[in-house]
Amino acid sequence: MIDLSIDITLRQGVFLLSVRDTASVEVLGVFGPSGSGKTSLLEAIAGIRTPDSGEICIGERILFSSKKRIDLPARERHIGYVPQDALLFPNMNVRANINFGRHAEGDFESLVKILDLQDLLERRVTNLSGGEKQRVAIARALMTRPSILLLDEPLAGVDRERRDVILPYILRIRRELHVPLVYVTHDEAELNSIADRVLRLGR
Amino acid sequence: MMSAETWAIARFTVLMASLATALVLPPAIAIGWVLARKQFPGKALFETVVSLPLVLPPVASGLLLLWLFGRRSPVGQALDAIGIEVIFTWKAVVLSMMVISFPLVARSVRAGIEQVDRRYEDLAATLGAGSFRILRTITLPLASRGIAAGAVLGFSRALGEFGATIMVAGAIPGRTRTLAVGIYTLVEIGREDAAWSLLLVSALLAFGAIYLSNRLVEQKGRA
Repeated sequence: MIDLSIDITLRQGVFLLSVRDTASVEVLGVFGPSGSGKTSLLEAIAGIRTPDSGEICIGERILFSSKKRIDLPARERHIGYVPQDALLFPNMNVRANINFGRHAEGDFESLVKILDLQDLLERRVTNLSGGEKQRVAIARALMTRPSILLLDEPLAGVDRERRDVILPYILRIRRELHVPLVYVTHDEAELNSIADRVLRLGR
Repeated sequence: MMSAETWAIARFTVLMASLATALVLPPAIAIGWVLARKQFPGKALFETVVSLPLVLPPVASGLLLLWLFGRRSPVGQALDAIGIEVIFTWKAVVLSMMVISFPLVARSVRAGIEQVDRRYEDLAATLGAGSFRILRTITLPLASRGIAAGAVLGFSRALGEFGATIMVAGAIPGRTRTLAVGIYTLVEIGREDAAWSLLLVSALLAFGAIYLSNRLVEQKGRA
């Protein structure tokens, strides 16, 4: 269940966002054309980009508040972030990437199983396909046991005909791990198949 | 053709330059990282000070070192009090090499770190890593090419160090005489044959250093 409230101004994306959502939503879709600030919004939630003003909360936990002068550093936010290009660390193999944010014993085996990564563990990340990179990046983010998982257009780097190879994994995470998702896309059909509620960003 | 004297000077120079490179790397990495990643008031001035030995005549840097580590300065007196003598010893050779090669190494490290995509570092932070862990596991490994290039460059510069060395270490045979200083002093006293064999050794070492640095770049390019 996501209990995320965002009410921020971000100058760089030239957008003004004001949302409050405490409904029982498991997957919040964020929809908008390119340039509407979707990635900036995720970065603000993850703590990589500082909003100009406003407030971001998860439940009662304040991640950012310009009024209360709170800006929790990214490392203390416990938010999983999977950028569009996955950003796997190129100096580590798949196993080391997944283990980077290791939080609890036993998670590794179950995540590797859920995301079908058994055969990729010793591979160099530069030799992976787009879809494989996404799966590894998702496993790496989930290893930290995040309170929310942010997915930035996870299907964008994948061929259209192979998209159905990724989507089932994402649905599986939602079903088996009960991790709330914020799912960004500019594809309406994709959104309808996964999101419980949609936040629309305009230009 | 290679006399025992030549070999002793060559061995001594390589040893001193290796030591200087090893000692200069940690501070050069720290300063290179600060210059690449941190913004602070007075940064331009700090950068200038760091680069100073690069543009100052080495002899002038040598004079500053001579003053700083001499008996009349507080630093020299403090070292003297605990029985450490620097001027005209092998320590002065290492010190001169370090000071002169420092800006080259720091600049190379900085360039290497600037080429690392900051988004990797940001992402590592979302995975719970603190800044030291990010530096150790992400930034430095991804900047390793620049760091290795800096080390080779610094080592090569240290091998040829002359101006500062002759000021603070002199050219004492068997104690502080390096290749560069040796060539000069041997010519001065009319022993040109010996100077030529030092030249040959210097050329071989230079060849080796360039070959090594090219190999390093090639290997990294392939990985």
